[in-house]
Amino acid sequence: MTPIAQWVEVGKRYGPLVAVEDVSLALRPGEVTALVGHNGAGKTTLIKLLLGLIRPSVGRVEVQGQNPAGRGGAQARRTLGFLPENVAFHGAMTAVELMAFYARLKGCAPAGNADLLARVGLAAAARRRVATYSKGMRQRLGIAQALIGEPRLLLFDEPTSGLDPASRVEVFDTIDSLRAGGATVLVSTHALAEVEQRVDRVAIMHRGHLLAAGTLAELRHGVRAEVRMQLRLRPQAAADVAARLPQGLRCTARAGGLAIELPRTRKMEVLHAIAGLGAEVEDVEIATPGLEALYRDLVEARGEAGVAA
Amino acid sequence: MKTGLIAMQEIRVGLRNRWVLATTLLLAALALSLVLLGSAPTGTVKADPLAVVIVSLSSLTIFLVPLIALLLSFDAIVGEHERGTLMLLLAYPVARWQVVVGKVLGQVVILAIATLIGYGVAAAALWLTSAAALQAWGGFAAMVLTSVMLGAAFVAMGTLASTLVRERATAAGLAVAVWLFFVLLYDTALLGVLVADTGRHLGTQALDVALLLNPADVYRLFNMSASAGAAVYSGMAGPGTATGLPAGALLAALTAWVLAPLALAVLAFQRRSI
Repeated sequence: MTPIAQWVEVGKRYGPLVAVEDVSLALRPGEVTALVGHNGAGKTTLIKLLLGLIRPSVGRVEVQGQNPAGRGGAQARRTLGFLPENVAFHGAMTAVELMAFYARLKGCAPAGNADLLARVGLAAAARRRVATYSKGMRQRLGIAQALIGEPRLLLFDEPTSGLDPASRVEVFDTIDSLRAGGATVLVSTHALAEVEQRVDRVAIMHRGHLLAAGTLAELRHGVRAEVRMQLRLRPQAAADVAARLPQGLRCTARAGGLAIELPRTRKMEVLHAIAGLGAEVEDVEIATPGLEALYRDLVEARGEAGVAA
Repeated sequence: MKTGLIAMQEIRVGLRNRWVLATTLLLAALALSLVLLGSAPTGTVKADPLAVVIVSLSSLTIFLVPLIALLLSFDAIVGEHERGTLMLLLAYPVARWQVVVGKVLGQVVILAIATLIGYGVAAAALWLTSAAALQAWGGFAAMVLTSVMLGAAFVAMGTLASTLVRERATAAGLAVAVWLFFVLLYDTALLGVLVADTGRHLGTQALDVALLLNPADVYRLFNMSASAGAAVYSGMAGPGTATGLPAGALLAALTAWVLAPLALAVLAFQRRSI
């Protein structure tokens, strides 16, 4: 599959400051990719490069085969929707006026704007000045403008920061429906847990370096993070239970039970063994490593190497 | 096309936040008071009231229009940057030069609306109170046109300042400095140099060049000496009465003063990292 947009061995420096270094990443058509990392990891820099707002110091950036900072850049941006972090608008204008302006800039008829505003739930407030909007409403207007002209590629920079839980869910519902419509989405975030169930691929940035990229399953593969089990046991049964479990597990006694860390490949084997213990075990909780754990492990394992380089 | 869209948006914002209204009222009030009160000094001397108005209105313009133009424009780029709206705008399929030219165009239109209405009101009052020769109104029209051009020159300079700096406050400071330099200090400094020189090295030609290097002086020369009627009354109003620059050269110089800072602003904006 030819990527809809890609960074090829891209580096960006601001004087002595290295914003990103040696990043190669491709966005495949129809996929939702999460760009995760701490603040200052280089996520926004990558997005700015894709928009042609800045030029790479080394390497190249392509959007639909074009250099976004070059002569064909404006053309490449026509099929692109962007929601900046902390989106801001001219407060004196109404949502209807702003949407009409942005639609014309994209060469689209403003006729479809009412539908977009309704889709993000701003139909009732569409004729109010944006200065009277709450943060959540501004964010929704930001999403509405990004959707103008049915873009094939959407870039959402921290779309959920500062939003209440209900609005966060709405944002991800919008992203789901965009994927269903065949659009490619890049969503940057530092809230790892909330993107976990919603994205096809994850790219992890740390201090300007791309630590890993792939599906969650691919990323989990070969990472130290293991399945953790919490057993609640009958009183004084811990030593007995630990002895009767398979060899080679890391067992730690906890108040009222036992914590076990094991490779994912042995999960079923251990579960069978626990089932065989009968009434000694009162309850079992199983935690597969999430994106947070994955991120921690990757940063520990490769981040230090990256810093040393 | 895109340039026009950005200009229209700038005008819409100007109408919305009452910039247009405020500047129009200010110019109209000052112009009207000059017309109504200004007829007193002509008294029995039988001076052409229209020529007097042209001279006094252009003196007003030299101080006020550059100030309004700079106030309008210093915020253009750096303000959008600080509010965080610039990044979104540039993520749209629009070239950077279109943003700069569109904003300048929009602000010049705002200034033109204010000038045309403000001075138009004064002209209407004059029309009703005195019977000036029709051809004398040509001088008035030229004064209004060059006032807009003078404003455009300072809009371009304000936009250039706005493009060069990273903070609004710096841009505001630069705008004030530009105004002080061209409107207040330049002529005084030039006069000082001429007095010190007492005509030994600097001839008329050097003076002409020095005057062309300031858009406010170009404007003054055009309106106070180029139109024959006004020259009589301007007298001491400016240092330009001795010069022999033709009106066409002055208009060309004023146009250059619009285009050069605009071109520099476009160049600076292309290089700016967002």
